[in-house]
Amino acid sequence: MTLLELTDVTASYGPVQVLSGVTLSVPEGGAVGILGANGAGKTTTLRAISGTVRTGGRITFGGRDIRGLRADRVAALGIAHVPEGRGTLAQLNVRENLRVGAYLRKDRKAIGTDIDYCLDLFPQLKERIGSRAAALSGGEQQMLAVARAFMAKPKLLLLDEASLGLAPSTAKAVYEAIGRLRRESGIAMLVVEQNANLAFTLVDTATILETGRSVLTGPSDELKGMDEIRRAYLGG
Amino acid sequence: METFIQLVVDGLSQGSIYAALALAIVLVNQATGLINFAQGGLAVLSAYIAYVFVQLGLPTILGILIAVVISFFIGALVERFLIRRFERGDPDTAVVVTIGLLTLVTGISALFWGYNNRQFPSLFPLGTIDLFGAVVSIRSIGTTLTIVAIMVVLQLLFLRTKLGLALRAVADNPSSAAFSGLPVGRLLMIGWGLAAGLGAVAGSLVAPSLTLTPGMMDFALVYALAAVILGGLSSPIGAVVAAWSIGILENLAAVYVPLIGHDLKIAVPFILIFVILIVRPQGLFGRKVVVRV
Repeated sequence: MTLLELTDVTASYGPVQVLSGVTLSVPEGGAVGILGANGAGKTTTLRAISGTVRTGGRITFGGRDIRGLRADRVAALGIAHVPEGRGTLAQLNVRENLRVGAYLRKDRKAIGTDIDYCLDLFPQLKERIGSRAAALSGGEQQMLAVARAFMAKPKLLLLDEASLGLAPSTAKAVYEAIGRLRRESGIAMLVVEQNANLAFTLVDTATILETGRSVLTGPSDELKGMDEIRRAYLGG
Repeated sequence: METFIQLVVDGLSQGSIYAALALAIVLVNQATGLINFAQGGLAVLSAYIAYVFVQLGLPTILGILIAVVISFFIGALVERFLIRRFERGDPDTAVVVTIGLLTLVTGISALFWGYNNRQFPSLFPLGTIDLFGAVVSIRSIGTTLTIVAIMVVLQLLFLRTKLGLALRAVADNPSSAAFSGLPVGRLLMIGWGLAAGLGAVAGSLVAPSLTLTPGMMDFALVYALAAVILGGLSSPIGAVVAAWSIGILENLAAVYVPLIGHDLKIAVPFILIFVILIVRPQGLFGRKVVVRV
């Protein structure tokens, strides 16, 4: 079953067109990567889905047309966006950030259980539970951003450059925890990642973008080591 | 000693006037991230609205409650149709817009009700009681207690309720808050509405002693801003404690520091601001804003 489907999606910031034809799909429970060089339109593709950029083409989620919906409506449908740069709520503490993540939920008891699950998934956050997000390290902020998105109990997680600015070992730890989250929750994921090796630890298939257009889609195993990957990243 | 106690008590009641407005400023700041200079002007307009209903023969408390409700909608509409246009841009622009709004709202009050002082009835009976040798009016006790109650309610709202959490999240980072499904626009309207409703209480509380004029709050606004800088923009308790301290220090300095006297006592809060901004820029009770990239 297809959960998310993008067909010939275009997007522009003012007069500057960034996407000129992105087509990809995420099956229910699946994990799909978006790979490509800087400026290929990876982040914008996620923003088109979460309703934070002007968009053309067709975007369906669970069979429903969601193109042009406001960001909070998209979130209410079950799509949680972990933006580039983490977007934690800086002046709120860790627990408050997690509770904001669960804003739309009514099952108060389960929220407590899920907060405990997040702290088990990211034990470092447990020690910082009362600290404001602004005081966390980059890695901890990234963990908090992922945990907050999980607190919404989404059907689909949009993950943007979770390794950005992190030490390699921290980035690896973050991806391992996300992998565990995926196995245990079955949440579908659409993952933008510069570091293709990290991405391949998480995703089953990947789509390669070049200058705002999807040029190739295939299973991770086939894409690993292919020339297109190298070209996409090295621009040669 | 009796003089001292009298000065402290008078300072407290004076400080409560600043505190009422300071709380509304903290509320808007916590809920939208802005400083609203129009808060005083809106509070005066609200007091005039309460005045109209009292003139129609309604009990004072009912007139004030009606004004609170109407002010909530005025605040929400001001956010929706005016401030909304400036929220995405430079915050400084939005602050300048609120200064313009202050002038506009004060003008509207003057247009309808003129510049003559009007007598606004007090919620509390006239009369005084004796407290440790100082004469205290029941009015200022009532005002002070009301301020304390509002402060407690605000503190609970922000720290203990889901609405308070959502308001703070939106003020902190609106676009990120939307990713968790928070209806940002509606929450901003509620924040402004609540602050305007609180302003209506503030205006009605202080109108009996200041007498109702369009510029009634101009003076208090300066002190209220001093209080929120001293107490920290993020802390209702801090704002109230700071407002009281200003009221008390101002009175004490006027009598006990000959150099200052009654002519220079207005300078006291501002000297305090200088000292605080140098020593502890986040305010006495506020949190330091740390941004890490």
